[in-house]
Amino acid sequence: MSTWNPKMEFMPKEELDKLQLKLLKALVHRLYDYSPFYRERMDMGKVHPDQIRSIDDAAKLPFMQKKDLRELEPNQLFMASNRELVRYHASSGTTGRPTIVGYTQKDVDTWTESVARGIASAGVSADDILQVAYTYGLFTGGLGLHYGAERLGCTVVPASTGNSERQLDIIKRLGVTVIACTPSYLMHLGEVSKKIGLDIKNDTNLRIGILGAEPWSEGMRKRMEDGLGVKAINIYGTSELSGPLWCECIEQRGMHVWCDQTLLEVMDPDTGEILGPGEKGELVVTMLLKEAVPIIRYRTGDIATVDWEECGCGRLHPRLGRITGRVDDMLIVRGINVFPSQVEYVLMSNPELGNEFQIVLEREGALDEILVRVELKPEAFQDNVAMLESLKTRIHERLKSALMISADVELVEPGTLPRFESKAKRVVDKRKI
Amino acid sequence: MAYWNPKIETMPIADLKALQLKNLRALVGRLYDNSPFYRHRMEQKGVVPDDIRTLEDTVKLPFMYKKDLRDYYPDKLFVASKREIVRYHASSGTTGKPTIVGYTRNDIETWSESLARALTSIGLGSDDVVQVANTYGLFTGGLGFHYAAEKIGAAVVPASTGNTERQIQLIQDLGVTALAATPSYMMYVGEVAQKMGVSIKTDTKLRVGLLGAEPWSDWMRDRIHDWLGVKGINCYGASELAGPLFSECEDQQGIHFWGDLTMLEILHPETQEPVGPGEKGEMVITMLTKEAFPLIRYRIGDISIMHEEKCSCGRTHPRISRITGRVDDMLIIRGINVFPSQVEYSLLTNPELGNEFQIVIDRKGALDDMLVKVELKPEAFTDNINQLNALRERVEGKLKNLLNVGVEIELVEPGSLPRFEGKAKRVVDRRMY
Amino acid sequence: MNSDLEKYRIKQLSIFSENRPGRLMDLARDMKEAKVNILGFTIAEGSGYGVVRMLVDKPEKAYEKLSAQGHVVKFTDVLAVKMEDKPGGLYDLTVLLKEAGINIEYAYGYRNSPAAVLILKVEDFDKAIDIILGSGRTLYDISHFR
Repeated sequence: MSTWNPKMEFMPKEELDKLQLKLLKALVHRLYDYSPFYRERMDMGKVHPDQIRSIDDAAKLPFMQKKDLRELEPNQLFMASNRELVRYHASSGTTGRPTIVGYTQKDVDTWTESVARGIASAGVSADDILQVAYTYGLFTGGLGLHYGAERLGCTVVPASTGNSERQLDIIKRLGVTVIACTPSYLMHLGEVSKKIGLDIKNDTNLRIGILGAEPWSEGMRKRMEDGLGVKAINIYGTSELSGPLWCECIEQRGMHVWCDQTLLEVMDPDTGEILGPGEKGELVVTMLLKEAVPIIRYRTGDIATVDWEECGCGRLHPRLGRITGRVDDMLIVRGINVFPSQVEYVLMSNPELGNEFQIVLEREGALDEILVRVELKPEAFQDNVAMLESLKTRIHERLKSALMISADVELVEPGTLPRFESKAKRVVDKRKI
Repeated sequence: MAYWNPKIETMPIADLKALQLKNLRALVGRLYDNSPFYRHRMEQKGVVPDDIRTLEDTVKLPFMYKKDLRDYYPDKLFVASKREIVRYHASSGTTGKPTIVGYTRNDIETWSESLARALTSIGLGSDDVVQVANTYGLFTGGLGFHYAAEKIGAAVVPASTGNTERQIQLIQDLGVTALAATPSYMMYVGEVAQKMGVSIKTDTKLRVGLLGAEPWSDWMRDRIHDWLGVKGINCYGASELAGPLFSECEDQQGIHFWGDLTMLEILHPETQEPVGPGEKGEMVITMLTKEAFPLIRYRIGDISIMHEEKCSCGRTHPRISRITGRVDDMLIIRGINVFPSQVEYSLLTNPELGNEFQIVIDRKGALDDMLVKVELKPEAFTDNINQLNALRERVEGKLKNLLNVGVEIELVEPGSLPRFEGKAKRVVDRRMY
Repeated sequence: MNSDLEKYRIKQLSIFSENRPGRLMDLARDMKEAKVNILGFTIAEGSGYGVVRMLVDKPEKAYEKLSAQGHVVKFTDVLAVKMEDKPGGLYDLTVLLKEAGINIEYAYGYRNSPAAVLILKVEDFDKAIDIILGSGRTLYDISHFR
């Protein structure tokens, strides 16, 4: 049995429940005493920390959402002094600016602990050579898996994203056994490997994939396991919560969410009603140990189900199922969160462009392709192909800078894109996952 | 004056040299016993470990070259068992494949210890916010500064490269006090900030630049200080050695090379004999405590001058002046090492291209621009502009993947580039700094 | 600017056109319906789009019709150089222009027996007109294109 922290991971239900409640109470008290923003929310909702006596009482507490993290100034939001903050990361904003999240040393340790437990439960050990092909940097994917794998004692190959032929060369040269990347990227590596005559299944030591940051299906899982010989393990997390956090165990029937760190609820996004086990709804997360950025009843916007039954592996921590959708219009392209409002923000800052645009998403091979079609303003037309080309390049670059992905840009004639009377439907998503 | 490791850093020179000798003898003994490759080299020179009784006896030991890292990797060079390797990184190879370097846990510890001493010697500590704008991933710049800044308790902003407007926003919003980057990028940040209406000097808390990976002049240092209000500290290192390792102290009297970890020799360019302090020559480096990937008398290719007197900061470890040149044809573009042979290798994989090419390097603004002119084969010409564009993009993409730096390709007419009778002079370097 | 030389600036139509099937047909139909005769024609390709350049006998009418149909259209001034219908004509002209430092942005030509016509887009019109006329060559004026 592969495990990192057996005491916590296999804790009996009664003890777990007690511990979780103790942590929840401590968190609520701390927020009430030290977070003016959250105290105000609680006062408005007429809730006092003393009213939280059971886990179910969490339902009395006010929600938090992405808006809150964006709108508050760092000194209103962060509950740690500058001196105590040891790391910063960023998450996609909905307009031009990304949201910044901060971490104390304890926050980083808690995050790392969660990842180490997660990948260990999936069968990864200190004997493994783990290649991290998520983006390193302000995005939490790369550094999150890096620290978790390092904590577990694996050999870490910090490949980051891109350069697929080189990634495959390294997988072969170093005998890499585990890869952490998006599911579409693993499929893409499969395609590239065929082109260069490398058989991942038989010619490499790759046996596990820790795959997340975008939705994927059981169908994709089967193709990866059969075609590439790689056990496909789902992982979930977002920057606001810390980063990548919860991973499937070897049973592959949901991602274990550690009760000593997190309280999980599933809510009907329209009524606010808390739903029962197996019912599909919006994931609401409370991070019990987080210090710098409080996350309590945080509406993630992701739709999923949770299973509270004991897992085949023996762990009692609840299992989060695959994310099946969003409550808002956020898109995920190659593992990166993209809001149509971000695209609009970038396009509108170019005087040569009209007001109408369209986002077309396709997945011809393994990887997502995003095309942004935008109308040229008649006044901006010049009989100069070089100038039109450089306008395209400029838009491409600005989009890349704001969205962190490379989008194809098409200049179209004014009047050719659909107009809408009520809510614009600007996204055409042709992908079949 | 703060010291990270006061005992070692201010050790009397005689004691330091004794420690150095002790470490050297241990290293030579270990390699002789465990590395068939190095033992064979020593046997060829007729030297055994017992022959090394004083530091002067170092000259009896064989050299190592970059070629060795490529030819003998991986099994003949590593002296740790694979299981002890906890990290891999890569450095630019001279042709098609990058050189892979491995690290044990102690190697990682030594690396961060070395750089932590360097950062502390500049006055950085737990009150600082360090933004790391070096590449994160297989290159050692990003993770190197990240781990060292983390070690000294500073807050780390893992920005990685690119997205300069956002970097500047972060510098303002997070109160960043130190930026790790190349010197040209530091200048570029200044330019972009100016366009954004931000004065780095008066609108931010940025005071220190940890600048290295490419040559830069006193003129640039003064400009960075006067215009941006930033103290530009020269940093040095290389992936083969570990990564970024050494820097100037606050007093800026040269870059401190930690004597307990490294032994530095300067060789006369013609006679290859060691020269005395104050004389210019080729640097030869021995990493005394490296485990996985030991380097003895490694001819790194940089030219400099060594000083052995105690520094005004109180540290007794030797210092080197600026790197004044290379012994080979290696280029440095935006801080990345590039060998013309790599360019040749990549271009030759494109059947549409002829054999003649030219590399033109310029620095019109703050950043290096690399242009590769290559002749199109007559058969490959097509009246389809889109096809020609696609060819150019394809060639650019391959080259960029190999070099890890952005490069522009210009397809030129066959016969239009200079031909050479003797050694081809393919590089036109117009930069002035 | 010399108003006398104005007549050498020929109004060419430049139309922004997506590279999709039927677009050229739409333009051609518009010209037919407006009873406009196309005298010269070329397309410059960009990535995913093109710029259609046309010389017509009734430029204002064509412009009106195209705009009304929702096309993105502009007028661009060009010069029309009379060329001898025999080898060497282009060489001699380009030598002349190069020596005078005149940069050609684009060009296209057609044969119109017993002569040929070279349409030129240049940066500096006045200088180009001066040099070309000064060399003894003929520039067609707008009356030639009605």
